[in-house]
Amino acid sequence: MLVNKQAIEDLAIGASILGTGGGGDPYIGRLMATQTIERRGPIELVSPSEIPDDELVIPSAAMGTPTVLIEKIPSGLEAIKAFELLQRYLNKRAYATCPAEAGGINSTIPFVVAGAMNIPVVDADGMGRAFPELQMVTFTIHGIKATPMAMADEKGNSLLLDTIDNMWAEKIARVATIKMGGTAWIALYSCIGIQFKNSAIWGTVSKAIHIGETLRDAKVRGANLLDALLDCTSGYLIFRGKITNVERANIGGFARGEARIEGLDEYKGQFMTIRFQNENLVAERNGKIIACVPDLICIIDSETIKPITTERLRYGYRVIVIAIPCSEKWRTDDGLKLVGPKYFGYDIEYRPIEKLVGEG
Amino acid sequence: MLRMGVDIGSTHTDAVIVDEKAKLLHAAKAVTTQDVTSGVIKAMEKVMAQGADPAEIGAVMLGTTHGLNAIIERKRLAKVAVLRIGLPASAAIEPMLDWPVELRRVVEGGIYIIHGGHEYTGEPIAQLDENRIRQIAKEAAAKGIKYFAVTSIFSPVNSEHERRAREIITEVVPEAVVTLSHEIGTLGLLERENSTILNCSIMPVIINAIESVRNALNKLGLEEAQLYLTQNDGTVMSAAHAQRYPIFTVATGASNAIRGAYILTGIKDGVVVDMGGTTTNVGVLTKGFPRESSQEVEIGGVRTNFRMPDIISVGCAGGSIVKIVNDKVVNVGPESVGYRLTELGVAWGGDVLTATDVALALNTMKIDDTRIDPEIVTKRYGKYLLEAYRLIVQKVEDAIDRIKTSAEPVPVILVGGGSLMLPKKLAGASAVYRPEAAQYANAIGAATAFVGAMVDKTYSYEHIARSHALADAESEAKNRAVLAGADPSTVEIVDVEEIAMPYLPGNAVRIRVKAVGKLKS
Repeated sequence: MLVNKQAIEDLAIGASILGTGGGGDPYIGRLMATQTIERRGPIELVSPSEIPDDELVIPSAAMGTPTVLIEKIPSGLEAIKAFELLQRYLNKRAYATCPAEAGGINSTIPFVVAGAMNIPVVDADGMGRAFPELQMVTFTIHGIKATPMAMADEKGNSLLLDTIDNMWAEKIARVATIKMGGTAWIALYSCIGIQFKNSAIWGTVSKAIHIGETLRDAKVRGANLLDALLDCTSGYLIFRGKITNVERANIGGFARGEARIEGLDEYKGQFMTIRFQNENLVAERNGKIIACVPDLICIIDSETIKPITTERLRYGYRVIVIAIPCSEKWRTDDGLKLVGPKYFGYDIEYRPIEKLVGEG
Repeated sequence: MLRMGVDIGSTHTDAVIVDEKAKLLHAAKAVTTQDVTSGVIKAMEKVMAQGADPAEIGAVMLGTTHGLNAIIERKRLAKVAVLRIGLPASAAIEPMLDWPVELRRVVEGGIYIIHGGHEYTGEPIAQLDENRIRQIAKEAAAKGIKYFAVTSIFSPVNSEHERRAREIITEVVPEAVVTLSHEIGTLGLLERENSTILNCSIMPVIINAIESVRNALNKLGLEEAQLYLTQNDGTVMSAAHAQRYPIFTVATGASNAIRGAYILTGIKDGVVVDMGGTTTNVGVLTKGFPRESSQEVEIGGVRTNFRMPDIISVGCAGGSIVKIVNDKVVNVGPESVGYRLTELGVAWGGDVLTATDVALALNTMKIDDTRIDPEIVTKRYGKYLLEAYRLIVQKVEDAIDRIKTSAEPVPVILVGGGSLMLPKKLAGASAVYRPEAAQYANAIGAATAFVGAMVDKTYSYEHIARSHALADAESEAKNRAVLAGADPSTVEIVDVEEIAMPYLPGNAVRIRVKAVGKLKS
């Protein structure tokens, strides 16, 4: 399919849902992609199945703090520079790029690269949602290395990184990002078509576009937005209520916290606690876990049906909480080691949302 | 010394005169006019006709909608040269990319992005391209453009490049009027840039409005009275200052109501319900001032980020239409009869059942108007009244609950003409207050406002000690308050807020400080 300005707008809305409370506001990314499309025309989105087995795919992304990104807008060339640097090092041209992260602001960055390089974007990513660290991708499970990895800033600095594993790539790149002024633009997890098809989560870009499109269409038709959202995400309504308390602390650079929601309507008399660290990670209903990471937990404004990011949570919001099943790839032992509740410091055995909901 | 306050509502423009103790002496209403100014003048004339001695009026405080109307109507706006300092960063999103096409066509007078700007640490991204600024100033002046909006990356951390740009521009084009973004908004380059451009664009409108009002005041014998304009945060700035920062006047109505509620009751912390004819605005009083929102706000379709009062607006107020479907009350509002209540309302012999009719028939509200006959309402709509009233109260209670920060009950102050209908007990309220002059709360809030200024800057505690950062922000806020017209000996800091920024090392923190002081007399 061809991705035009409207599709980018839809994508940004879908990506904010897949951001599960984090991932950064897609606003900046949407405008960057919009400017690219205005200048270069629509961009092709291809299925992973269209990638020849021996052709190269290089995901592209931004790294760092959204707080800097909203102020220091990129030049638009950084991501391209990182991409080209990695291509030169590998001595091979990429057939396509794709998002490393389909949730939040990183969903739209590959469109800027694809427009400049005149290549397609693959309809797949490494998370199917948003996560805070760069080793948290399905590529890691499949043994694909983050490095060689290229990083660039808007000033013209760039660097090439080679690390012993993906965790080290995260650690070193995080420090370099800070020196680069708080945001860096990266190309990483390069792999050939056959590896990519095995390791990526398929269809996540079109899924995000579809979510945005569905909500837009439901609004025009005057249909029930929540039903439309649950339908197109295969999500579960797990709570409806009012936020009655939010506690937060800034620990180790991550905004951790807890929101308490008191039930309304069919949930009257019940309560929910959501624990978050940039993203929403654990939802407890009446003291019992009803959803947890890597499944997606989204807190949604019950009037506008727009997601509320973790930094915006506060007393008084009328919200709906929905949970969306994550990719099956995350539900393996290797997947849960990377992004399961234990990694985030919760002593919880992961159980899929479908099971937890079934038990009520 | 007496003070006059003027508030422009969607249907009425109110003018009041209060004494030093904020006691209401005179009040008058005029119909709000299309051009706004003639309604203001009318209200001022009417209130002066009630006998106040012009020589005693020391200050006139005007809450204006001129700027907002110009943006929404896309008329009377100035063309603006837009200068962004940030290359090589920031080219990925051009200025005004996200503006409504029509508004951009009217306002844009050239877009320029040049080298310079800073990192979040305050270190430069690139050297400021001073030669390019000279060229741009000449180019814009040749096109007849006089207004320059200058926005530099991380100027809330380091404003050096913006200040230098202004020096150069005014060197080359002495008549240039330059707005610097760090004086307008906070972090969020695009939103701050947008606010800065809008600030430039509405300058002529505000300058005109101030001039007309000044002339009218002189004609009324108030040559000696100082003119002030109310700001979004519930304080005022001198007319001279407002001519430079008109964007701070675009959302003052709600703030004036909240300030007025405080003045009328003396309650510093609580919830204010301002029920007018079409909408009910619910806001929060914190230490005597409106609580501000941290959300981006759209003005005329443009995303901005200057401080606005945190308000929940509900489309349910005095003139709201009661909707009955299949013999059931399904809603009250958001459609309203507005100023035509006394013509269309059932109690006045009309055919539209409104919230006010319901309240009159249930005797929860009394209006001194001989044309009213509540019995007609009961006769025609009796079975719907209780349900409609329950809905109205519920909508207000829901809004109160949503705007509160905790489950604790809080004092609730009712103001605005429509609020007369609300009950003396509301869910979530520890007590309900309905001050006597509630319908003039907005104009009273304007009349009694302090001069104020706000600073919102980012510091890295690794580079500057916390105590120094706080002192720096506080002294800048105080300076700004004095520039806005405050008596230096009375200026005090009323609010300090520190917000940590995640993912960044070096303890990067945003500090927001608000300073207020009494009018210089």
